[in-house]
This record gives sequence, C-alpha cells and structure tokens, in this order.
Amino acid sequence: MKNAVISVHDLVKKFGSFVANDHLSFEVYEGEIFGFLGANGAGKTTALRILSGLSAPTSGKVLVAGFDAARDPEKIKKNIGYMCQKFSLYNDLTVRENIMLYGGIYGMRKALIRERCEELLERLRFMEYGNRLISDLPLGLRQKLAFSVAVLHEPRIVFLDEPTGGVDPITRRQFWEMIYETAARGITIFVTTHYMDEAEYCDRISIMNEGRIVALDTPDGLKKKYRVDSVEEVFVKIVRSGKISV
Amino acid sequence: MGFVNKEFLHIFRDFRTLIILFGIPAVQILLFGFVVSTDLKNAQIAVLDLSHDEVTRKLSEKIISSGFFDKAEDLLNYDDVDRVLKSKKTKAVVIFEEDFSKRLIHNGKASVSIVTDGSEPNMATMTTNYLTAIISDFNRELSAGSAGSALLVQPEVRMFYNPSLKGQYMFVPGVITLIMILICALMTSITITREKEFGTMEVLLVSPLRPLQIILGKVIPYFILSFVDVILILLLSWLVFGLPVKGSILLLLVESMLYIFMSLSLGVLISTVAKNMQQAIFISLVGMMLPTILLSGFIFPIENMPDIYQWVSAIFPPRYFIVVIKNIMVKGTGFLFVWKETLILLLFTLAFIGLSIRKFKVRLQ
Repeated sequence: MKNAVISVHDLVKKFGSFVANDHLSFEVYEGEIFGFLGANGAGKTTALRILSGLSAPTSGKVLVAGFDAARDPEKIKKNIGYMCQKFSLYNDLTVRENIMLYGGIYGMRKALIRERCEELLERLRFMEYGNRLISDLPLGLRQKLAFSVAVLHEPRIVFLDEPTGGVDPITRRQFWEMIYETAARGITIFVTTHYMDEAEYCDRISIMNEGRIVALDTPDGLKKKYRVDSVEEVFVKIVRSGKISV
Repeated sequence: MGFVNKEFLHIFRDFRTLIILFGIPAVQILLFGFVVSTDLKNAQIAVLDLSHDEVTRKLSEKIISSGFFDKAEDLLNYDDVDRVLKSKKTKAVVIFEEDFSKRLIHNGKASVSIVTDGSEPNMATMTTNYLTAIISDFNRELSAGSAGSALLVQPEVRMFYNPSLKGQYMFVPGVITLIMILICALMTSITITREKEFGTMEVLLVSPLRPLQIILGKVIPYFILSFVDVILILLLSWLVFGLPVKGSILLLLVESMLYIFMSLSLGVLISTVAKNMQQAIFISLVGMMLPTILLSGFIFPIENMPDIYQWVSAIFPPRYFIVVIKNIMVKGTGFLFVWKETLILLLFTLAFIGLSIRKFKVRLQ
C-alpha cells in the first residue's frame, strides 16, 4: 500500500463570492512525481499556496506531511521545500552564501550546511562557482542550484512552481534528471508546469479547470481514456470541453 | 542570525545603497551648512555721517569692530546712498542725522537710519537685525554712563538661543530629520519590495521563518546603519561647524532611535502598499521627502503657514521630531519639554506597525 504524504479532501477556497478551489480531493504518494496542470487562472496557484501553508483553506481537510494546513501551517513549512517560477536565489550573494542562508533559515546546523554545501557543489560540478555571485551564473545553472537549495534540508515534499520557465531544452532535460534522482531518494515532487512534454515525465498528473480537478491519472492512463497520443492533446480536449459545458 | 547578516551583505555589495546611506548624509550636511549659510561675516556697509561728532564716531566704530561688518566707504550726501546700494557690493548704509549728539542730549533721542538692499530680503533682514542689536547694545552703554534716565529708548532686539545667529543651528536638526526619513522609509520599503519583485519573498514566506522575523531581519540592519548616520551627522556638525549638542546627548540619541524606528515602520507600511520598487520610491520621495522639506518647519516656519497647511503638516511625523531635536540640540531642554512630541511620535510608530500587520495578514489570506 502506498503512503500518502499529501491528502486533500473536499478542499474549498473562496475569495469573496469567487470560488478558486471547488471541492478538490486527491492524494500524493511518497516518492512520487506529481504533475499539477491547468490553464492560467484554473486555481493551481491557490491550491499550491494552501498546500505550502501560505494560505488557509475555507473548508475541507488538507494534510501535508501529516500536518493540518488549517491548524499547523508552520509545521508544514518545516517539512517542505519550495522553488517558485520567479528566480529564488539572491543575485548579489555568492553561491556559498545563498546555500548558507537557506540552510540557516531552515534551522540546519552550520557544520551540516557546510558539509551538504560542498557535497552539492561537487555533485553539480560547481566547485569553481562556489564563491561567484549568482548574477554571474548562466540561467540554467542558477535554476539547478535553486532546486538543490530547495531540497538542501531534505524535506519530505518539494513544491516546484513552473521551475523550468525560460530555460533551454537541454538544461530542462538535465533539470528533470535531477528531479528523478531526488524522487529516487524518497522526496516527493509536486510540480506545476506549462510544458506538456514535461507532464509526460510525471508519475501521475492532475488537470485543473475552473477550480476543479477534471482528470487525475498516469499520463498513459489519461491518453488511453481520451484516445489520444500525447498529454498535450488530453489537456486541450479537457479544457475545451470544460469551456463548452459552462 | 544569518538573515540579518544577509541583509548587511546586500547593503555592502551594492555601491548605490552605500552612497545613499553614507554619502548623502555627509554631502547634505556640508551643503546645507556651507551653501545655505545664513551667517553674516564681513558684510560691506557704508556710513553717511551728517553730524560728525564723538557719539556717531563711537557708534560707527562699534559697528565696524563687531566683526560682522566692514566699512566700504564714507559717504558725503544722500545721492551716494543710491549709488553704493546699486553697486551690489554694499549691503547696507547707516545714516546718522545732523546734530546727532546735540539732539541726543537735548531731546533724549536721536535717530539712525538703516537703508538696506531689499532685493535680497534675507540679507536685508539679517543686516537690519544685526545692526539693531549693535545699536541697542550701544544704548545700554550710553544709559549706563549717564546715571538715571535712559537717553535712547529702543526695544531691545536680541536673538535667543542662537545669539551669534549661526545658520547651521537651524539646518543640522532639519537635515537629520530629513535624512532619517529618507534612509529609513525609502531604503526599507525598497529592500522589501525588491524581495517581492524578485520572487525571493515568496520563498521566505514558505520557509519556517515567521513574518515578524522576516521584517525584523530587514529592519535591524537599517536601524543600526541609520543610528550610525545620526552619530556621523552630529560628529560632522561638531567638527566642521563647531556645533555642540546643548542638551543631553543620551536623550537626543534615544529620541533619534524612536524616530528611526518610526521611519522604519513607515517604510514597512509603504512596502506593504507598493507593488514594486518604483512605487515604493515614488511614495517615499514624493510622499515623505517633499512634505518633510516644505511642511515640517525645516525651512519655512509652521506658524507662518496658512491654517490649512498647518493642519496638513500636523500629520507628518517629521514636524514633531524637528521640534524635539531643536529643543535638545539648540535650547538644551530636557525631556519635560519634549514629552508631548515624543508621545506623538510613539503613537505614529504604533499606528504604522498596526497598519502594516493588518495589511500583511490581508495579503496572506
């Protein structure tokens, strides 16, 4: 039996009379790569904010890493990593300073941060960049570094909000290799993306439309169900049909 | 705390921030001190003595020896008055009427006319004030000599608190007030909106750091640096202009800390309202700097403003700090004289913090 690290039951989030999340229910299992897809304004970001403890649900039960999002957002925050679509490292600090800073924020001991830092630089073949400012690095390297920093404290889940925006295909490929390695270590990956080819790399994907989850399955399962060849076609079909039904 | 450390790194890595933090205060204090100096020193005057007696000679000697004035020339008749004033070099003409000492003895009074160049109103007012002061001083000496009734009766004009009329006394408090609101409000609002704009704020909010820790981490470095700035300005004004702090330095520093704290909380409030750095800069500069210069009593006395401006100026906190700092620096008064202003500043601080917290929470919902 798979172990759920995120379990969402009947999540509703309203802003005034606007319903951003309309009775969402789903589970994400330990070590899984979970793709969270949806058109702009479908409610992805809202759900992501609730899952990461930034925003409280209006109703429903949300458990992340075993903690209730409504009551214990601070405990959730200790157990997750986060990398957002905008670049999340400090440009005017060096690579090492950034790593030390984030390690410190997550309450890691200095010796441990230092150890992980060197380990990380070696793994990424980053040794020569250690004392360079982030602004001197090419975008692809920064993105990889940002991801490594997000999992520096070995969180149970890492949330990636459109992590590969503006990155070239080769770097994107390398980035996904890092994601696989991380998932293999047992860290759950929760990723939102606009790139449909990336959705194919996920273990399971959910597709949101107008505040609701309209599909949730493995990429192959979805393709079979909708009788198409790619996730992109699944997505287009779902979003179109959603539009018509409203 | 590593987070505070990081903010220091941001500051010291950014050349522009450093300039704003330390260059501007130093330049401002020197600029205001030297350029806008309202001191009178060796101003050229001319004397038209129609009486030529012992008393007029003594009085004109007293004027010249005061050090404020230099005698450019002795005039012979009224026509010359216009000529020398038009030359622009001469700032004022002192005219003794005919039979000066005779009138003084017989009528008990005689008159001196002071003609100044009204096209330079500041200079004219100043020379008049100085000359009047010297003449009344001379009166006292005369009266003292002739026991009994005073010979010349004139209202005594004396400058309280700033007897040598040092202009810097007025500017140093103003500059401190201005610089602090500029650095604290502007810099904190910029640094917080910068995190928002670059997306690092999102990461910080998702981290286990509490919002209060994030804000404190941003504010503490600026608090320390602003405090260093206050000391720097006070040192500069003392070393360059020879201005001592008349009152308690400790009180002055404590009041400055309160004011810095208030400005910082204002900066935080601005950052919760502003969507990006441009907006933050705009609000801080236009919203705070101009009113501080124009309405706080820094340059234009509040009492002389139309009622409506007086009311408007009441909602700008710098106005109260200027009163506090002038009282302590120039008059040397103690806490009893500034407790009201201190209380108002404290209320402003609490209001800004309260509003910021509310805004911050609303944003998170």
